Amino acid sequence: MRVPYEWTAIAAVVLTSTTGDVLLSRAMKQIGDLGDLRRRSGLITLVKRIVRNPNFLLGLSAMAVSFYSLLFGLSWGDVSLVVPAASSLTFVSNAAAAKFFLHERVDHRRWLAAVFVGAGVVLLAL
Amino acid sequence: MTFRKYLVLAGVALFAAAGDSMLARGMKQVGSIAPHHLSQILLTVLNPTVAAGILLLLCFFACYMNALSWADLTYVMPATSVSYIMLTLIARFLLHESVSVTRWAGVLLISAGVGFVTQGPALTHRTHPQEREQMTLASGVEQ
Repeated sequence: MRVPYEWTAIAAVVLTSTTGDVLLSRAMKQIGDLGDLRRRSGLITLVKRIVRNPNFLLGLSAMAVSFYSLLFGLSWGDVSLVVPAASSLTFVSNAAAAKFFLHERVDHRRWLAAVFVGAGVVLLAL
Repeated sequence: MTFRKYLVLAGVALFAAAGDSMLARGMKQVGSIAPHHLSQILLTVLNPTVAAGILLLLCFFACYMNALSWADLTYVMPATSVSYIMLTLIARFLLHESVSVTRWAGVLLISAGVGFVTQGPALTHRTHPQEREQMTLASGVEQ
């Protein structure tokens, strides 16, 4: 009975986490290098710019949903399945989303990295 | 890549590993939550181990935001997966746990993945200056 819940939670984590990662990455690129900005404008201005960015707020909401989906997953299923399955699938879905939505140049080296890390995480959990 | 940037990536890896571990331990203490009692999940933050996990994950989030401000998502994610390698090495050499051949193979694959991505540039796509300018004007904040 718990297996469908487990995989539903994993799917929810992957989907919301990828959405959150893409939105947060876009927000941070719009804002610029946080280290440089803090030196130039100060911490208060930096925080204001971050919290006023719509992509940041949407990304944060998606991450919050992802966090609670993970809690459900951990509560229903084994940590040895939920965490590696969600993490490894997120590596691959992030690479695809970054290519299509963020227009990052995902060359064969980055695809290999995503697949290798995803497969490695699965092996660690076996 | 400067020393500060490597430090930020290390922060992402360290806080993610520590936060996830605390969260997993805390949720096991809380126990299983029935699907028809979804509101109970909100109360799990009152568990001290879950609260500590959330605090560590907030530190992870700050480092992660910083890293995403100067590097691609497809660079940050694999580069910070070095935390999995660190956890395995700690388990083997500090906690003296037995690590199976399969796990070592997993460590090798992750190391190769990290190696692939860190050889390339951290940033391949720059936000158009006009888009950044529009965002600055929309936020109404002077630099």
